[in-house]
Amino acid sequence: MTSLETLISLLPTLMKGLVVTLEVFLLGSVVAAVLAFIAGLMRLSKFRIVRFLAAFYVEFFRGTSLLIQLFWIFYVLPFFGLDLSALTAGVLALGLNYGAYGSEVVRSAILSVPRGQTEAAIALNMSPVLRFRRIILPQAWPLMIPPFGNLFIELLKGTSLVSLITLSDLTFQAMSLRTTVSKLEIPIFALLLIIYFVIAYAVTLVMRALEKKATVGRA
Amino acid sequence: MALPKVLSRSEDTRKQRTQLIKKTQEGLKVGPNQRSAETTPVVRYRGVKKSFGEVEVLKGIDLDIMPGEKVAVIGPSGSGKTTLARLLMTLERPSGGIIEVEGEPLYHKRVGEGLVPADERHIARVRSKIGMVFQHFNLFPHRTVLQNVTEAPIHVKKMPRRLAEEKARAMLEKVGLIEHIDKYPGQLSGGQKQRVAIARALVMEPKIMLFDEPTSALDPELVGEVLAVIKEIAEKGDMAMMLITHEMQFAREVADRVLFTDGGKIVEQGTPEEIFEHPKSERLQAFLARFRNGFGGGSQ
Ligand SMILES: Nc1ncnc2c1ncn2[C@@H]1O[C@H](COP(=O)(O)OP(=O)(O)O)[C@@H](O)[C@H]1O
Ligand SMILES: [Mg+2]
Repeated sequence: MTSLETLISLLPTLMKGLVVTLEVFLLGSVVAAVLAFIAGLMRLSKFRIVRFLAAFYVEFFRGTSLLIQLFWIFYVLPFFGLDLSALTAGVLALGLNYGAYGSEVVRSAILSVPRGQTEAAIALNMSPVLRFRRIILPQAWPLMIPPFGNLFIELLKGTSLVSLITLSDLTFQAMSLRTTVSKLEIPIFALLLIIYFVIAYAVTLVMRALEKKATVGRA
Repeated sequence: MALPKVLSRSEDTRKQRTQLIKKTQEGLKVGPNQRSAETTPVVRYRGVKKSFGEVEVLKGIDLDIMPGEKVAVIGPSGSGKTTLARLLMTLERPSGGIIEVEGEPLYHKRVGEGLVPADERHIARVRSKIGMVFQHFNLFPHRTVLQNVTEAPIHVKKMPRRLAEEKARAMLEKVGLIEHIDKYPGQLSGGQKQRVAIARALVMEPKIMLFDEPTSALDPELVGEVLAVIKEIAEKGDMAMMLITHEMQFAREVADRVLFTDGGKIVEQGTPEEIFEHPKSERLQAFLARFRNGFGGGSQ
C-alpha cells in the first residue's frame, strides 16, 4: 500500500529522466542519420581526398569508445575553447559515434544498387543529381532502413552513458532513487526495463512502417 | 502473323533507304554541300580507340552512320561490339580518337581550329541525341511501367506530366503493353520488360538508338516479340539504329548495312547480301560457318 504510493511518488522524477533520455535519443539519432548520409556519400566521392576524410572520420569514431568520446567532447574540448552544454555534448558524441557506423550502411546500400541502373539513367540523359535522387536513393533507401533501426536502438542504449557527463537521464534518475528510497530496487528497475523496451519497440514499429512505405508496390 | 507481307515491305523500304544513304555518302565525297544537314552523318567515329588497362579492345574505329541508317553489328564475343556502343552512349570514355554526333564532337569542344575536352554540360547536350536499349533491360524496379517511360521526359526534358503520359501511352501502345502500364517491372516477362525499355528509350526521340543484344537475355520463345517490335520501329522510323545482335536472320531483314567486328576492328562491312552471301574475309566466313552449324551463341 504505502510502497505503491511511494512508487507513484517517484514517477515524476523518473519521467524527468525519461524526457532527458528521449531528448538525447531523438536529437542524437537525427545527428547520426545526417552524418551517416554525409560520410556515406563522401566515401563514394570520386575525389580521393573527400573519400579519405570520410574514411578517417569513420575509422576514428568506430575505433574509440563512446565513453571516451563523451569525455573528450565534454571535459577536454573546453580546454581548447569549445565549451558545450552537457546536452549538446551528449547529442554530438552519440551522433558522431553512430553516424560513423551509419555511414557504412548508407555506403553499402548505395553500392548494392546495380550498376545498370545508373547506366540506364545516363542513357536517358539524367544528371548526376537526378540519378541519385530519383533512381539510386529510392532503391538504396529500403535497404538502409532495417540496419538503421538496429543502430537507433543501439544509440538508445548508448544514451545511458550521458549521466557520466552530468545529464540526469532515465538511468541516472533510477540509480539515484535507488539510493534515496530503500526496498524499491525491484519495481524501479522493472520499470526501467519496461520503459527502455517500449521505446525500442516503438523504434522497431516506426522502422517497419517506413520500410513498408518505401517498398510499396514492388514485386 | 503476316510475315511474308511484312518482309516484302521491309525489303522495299530498305532498298529505298539504302539508295538514299548511298547518295548522301557520295554527296559527302563530292564536296560543295559537304556541310549540309543532309550529308552530315548522325554519328561519326574517327580513329576511336579504347583500352582497359593494358588491353586495347578497340583498335581504331572509323565509322559513319547516316541519318536513318540501320546498321547491324555482328562479331564474336569479346570483339568490342558492346564497347563500341558504350563509348557513344558515354558509358565509357574513349582512350583516343573522336566521336561526332551530327557533326559535333561528343567529348570535345571546338575552340578555334583545335579541340579541347568538353565539360559535362556539353556532353549531356550531345548525349540527348542518343538512346540505348540494354541486354539486361535495366528497367527501374521502383517505378511502374508508365513511370519508367515518363521519368525522363518529365524530369530531363521538363515536359508537363500530362503530355509526357500521353506520349508514353502512345509509345506503350506501339510496343503492345498498354494493358500493363500500372504494373511494376517485377511483374513482367523478359520480353515485356525489354519492350518497356524500348518504349522508354524511344520516347526521348533520339537521333540514333543503340541496341546491345536486346534479345540475348531472353528465353527463346520471347525473342520473337521483341525482334518484331524493333523491326517495326526500324521500318517506320527515320531514327538511325545500331543493332548489335547474334540474330543473323533479323540483321539481314532489318539492316541497311552490316558490320563485322573482330579483335577490336571493323573487319568487313557491306549490305546484308554482301556480308551474308559473299563474305570476303576468312574470319567472317569462319564466323558465319560457326553460326550455320549452330554454335552461334555467346552473349557477352
Ligand atoms: N569494363 C571493362 N574492363 C575490362 N575489360 C573490359 C571491360 N569491358 C569490356 N572489356 C573487355 O573488352 C573486350 C571487348 O568487350 P565487349 O565490347 O563487351 O565485346 P562484345 O560486346 O563484342 O562481346 C572483351 O575482351 C572484354 O573482356
Ligand atoms: Mg557485348
